[in-house]
Amino acid sequence: MLVNRKLILAHFWLAFAVFGIALTLGAWQMFIRSPIGTWLSNPELYYRSLTAHGTVMGYVFPTLVAMGFGYAISESALQQRLVGVRWAWAGFWLIVIGSVMAVIPIALGRASVLYTFYPPLIGNVFYYLGVVLVVVGSWIWVALMSINLRVWRKANPGAPVPLAMFANVAGSYLWAWTAVGAALELLLQIIPVAAGLKATIDAGLARVFFSWTLHAIVYFWLMPTYIAYYTIVPRAIGGRVYSDSMARISFILFLVVAMPIGMHHTFADPQVGAGFKFIHSAFTALVALPTLLTVFTICASVEIAARVRGGRGMFGWIRALPWDNPMMLALAFSFVMLGFGGAGGLINMSYQLDASIHNTQWITGHFHLIFGGAIVIMYFAIAYDLWPHLTGRELIDVRLMRTQLWLWFIGMIVTTFPWHWVGILGMPRRMAYFDFGDPAIAPQALSVTLSAIGGFVLLASGIMFIVILARGMRAPQTDAGPYRFALAVHEPKTVPVALNTHALWVALMIGLTLTNYGYPILNLALSSGTSVPAVYVGAQ
Amino acid sequence: MSTRDLFTLRNSHFRIGVGITAAILTVTAIAGFIVLPFAQPWVQFAGVWDAICSAAGVPQRSANVTAPEQAKRLSEVVLTSNTLSRPSQEAIGRGATLAQRCAICHGPTGVSRADSPNLAGQYAAVIYKELHDFRSGARTNAVMSPFAVNLTDQEIADLSNYYAYLPRLPAYHPTPQLPKPNIVIYGAPMRGIAPCGSCHGSLDNKTGSPWLEGQSEAYMKAQLQAFASGERRNDISQQMRNIARAMTPQEIEAAAAYYASQPPDVVKAVD
Repeated sequence: MLVNRKLILAHFWLAFAVFGIALTLGAWQMFIRSPIGTWLSNPELYYRSLTAHGTVMGYVFPTLVAMGFGYAISESALQQRLVGVRWAWAGFWLIVIGSVMAVIPIALGRASVLYTFYPPLIGNVFYYLGVVLVVVGSWIWVALMSINLRVWRKANPGAPVPLAMFANVAGSYLWAWTAVGAALELLLQIIPVAAGLKATIDAGLARVFFSWTLHAIVYFWLMPTYIAYYTIVPRAIGGRVYSDSMARISFILFLVVAMPIGMHHTFADPQVGAGFKFIHSAFTALVALPTLLTVFTICASVEIAARVRGGRGMFGWIRALPWDNPMMLALAFSFVMLGFGGAGGLINMSYQLDASIHNTQWITGHFHLIFGGAIVIMYFAIAYDLWPHLTGRELIDVRLMRTQLWLWFIGMIVTTFPWHWVGILGMPRRMAYFDFGDPAIAPQALSVTLSAIGGFVLLASGIMFIVILARGMRAPQTDAGPYRFALAVHEPKTVPVALNTHALWVALMIGLTLTNYGYPILNLALSSGTSVPAVYVGAQ
Repeated sequence: MSTRDLFTLRNSHFRIGVGITAAILTVTAIAGFIVLPFAQPWVQFAGVWDAICSAAGVPQRSANVTAPEQAKRLSEVVLTSNTLSRPSQEAIGRGATLAQRCAICHGPTGVSRADSPNLAGQYAAVIYKELHDFRSGARTNAVMSPFAVNLTDQEIADLSNYYAYLPRLPAYHPTPQLPKPNIVIYGAPMRGIAPCGSCHGSLDNKTGSPWLEGQSEAYMKAQLQAFASGERRNDISQQMRNIARAMTPQEIEAAAAYYASQPPDVVKAVD
């Protein structure tokens, strides 16, 4: 039951439009700092582009996808009209206004601070206010998801919450709490300086606040992808979810352990004690748990589908899978990229090994493979799956979809593998220019060139994606029927209260944040003499 | 079962969830705060509490280690992009009177004939910082230091405003303009050298960095060499020393010659 289709479509279209722009900027950046591009002689333009790319891809695009998908889940999984539609539109418009407000200073070169802000670098105050509006808009969504679930619970006391909605609300709570770190950094530290009320800033404390947001945000980006793994893919390929409980456990584990781990982003920072770094490193290792549970459950679910289709043998069933189904293809590609990305992540989260790749291109390669690869390819799949139900028109060109997904997969591998490699060789990240004539980095020219070519393959795939969706808006009308989610092998009749509500896990998430972040933040906030003069972008 | 029954020890999910989380936290805390600190044989701790404080990042000052004597003074000037941003006409006038004693080296119009820096139109924050550093001894020069040592804060501010107010004039001995060398526009990323132009003009200007167009080639070369040898050390956070140390002698030559050959009127005005 999808009633507010316009609302959902607006979120998706805005998400994919800004994604298209940011993707183009990304491809240009790959090109301009590779040996095949002629250097502009102005690094400022590069950082301007990088700030826009990161701000859109990090904050605006995934937030809009999660919101649009969240509204769709709320209506179709709960079978009830969305409560608070006006508020949802208000949230949407806040994101539109915030994005425009942030992009103007970026385009003028007044906010080239990258999406991670990097104080004491300080940009124009409207850039930060724009980001705040985007976050506030998304918090409206968080509240609406919680309210809609509550309304449904009242009407269905004691009934098991549909898995898709349970996971969706878990994702929204995770986002609500993890965004608090960046919000504190912006409101207490950066905006007063950007507005000219203060001239110094505690950069170390700001980095700790940002690490609060910076890692769990990745799991917020990941939530729609995991929801698609569990509740869309098995249905789309004709199978069933192997275990509903396993799915719920994975999502609550993300809620608990995604949060208190962000300090692995500050391993090289002197202002954080080694003991806290170790704890965060250990908890980061625990995040592998829900992912491994998911990989197991989904592989089992897929096997069910294959055996139903007549697949036999230990591995022979893999051939029986519907490989011409874009959803199957997207899942397989997503898992391969998740596997490689996760393996690379083991290096990043290890307190010792991290030192060898810290601040190198390895890191950029890593998060592009995980986010741009494993996560975003499932965003495409979600859009393909949901589109006929939103537009009432069929997406006919399945072949083009398959090509698009193949190109995205190949492009992402070609982009990120050499990227990791040059990182191991020591090539630093966040550099606008490399002199490949220098004997020290001349051997890396080939890898960087390959990487840039991959960037253009990705751009081609991104354009195809938007074309497919746009053509879908003009296809002949059909009735796609109600939107359904995958059923479990054993559909839950009753679910223990702990796996049907979020309270216990939200409490643990907040508790672990206090234990793992409380002292480092207080220590820095109460120490005097830790602030440095702000460096204003674009000011003499 | 209702939500009220969730947070009780009777609920096995509560017991297990909280129990496992607390156990993991305890084990990792013991490992991180006690076991690992003592596993480093090169660090000595007075006791367990000392190790815990160290691992927690408590700011500590060891009692038996005295801070090393600072052989040379470091710069204490704090600059922001608002430093001296709106001077009054009176301040500029007072600066003009004071500047008469600077003219012997820096020229009556702020353009030097003696390989001293040209000050006409230099950013106020730059002159302000250098005068403060000469006065405090963070920067020393046989000729300049005696002039600076008796200046008051007000006089330093007025002089800075006056010179910043003067129009930028061509160098006394203009040379043909040279093309931009790599070190100025690209830097040397693999040696950690940012482009000169990203702070000193050509690409961008950063607070506290002087523009260099039309300055004396001999002067700029001498300063880069002084930064490289550590003889000059009033750069905040060693930023110029780190750069100059990593530069090759050829790059020093090229950067100095390039900036000396540029007309100063291309410099971006302060907004």
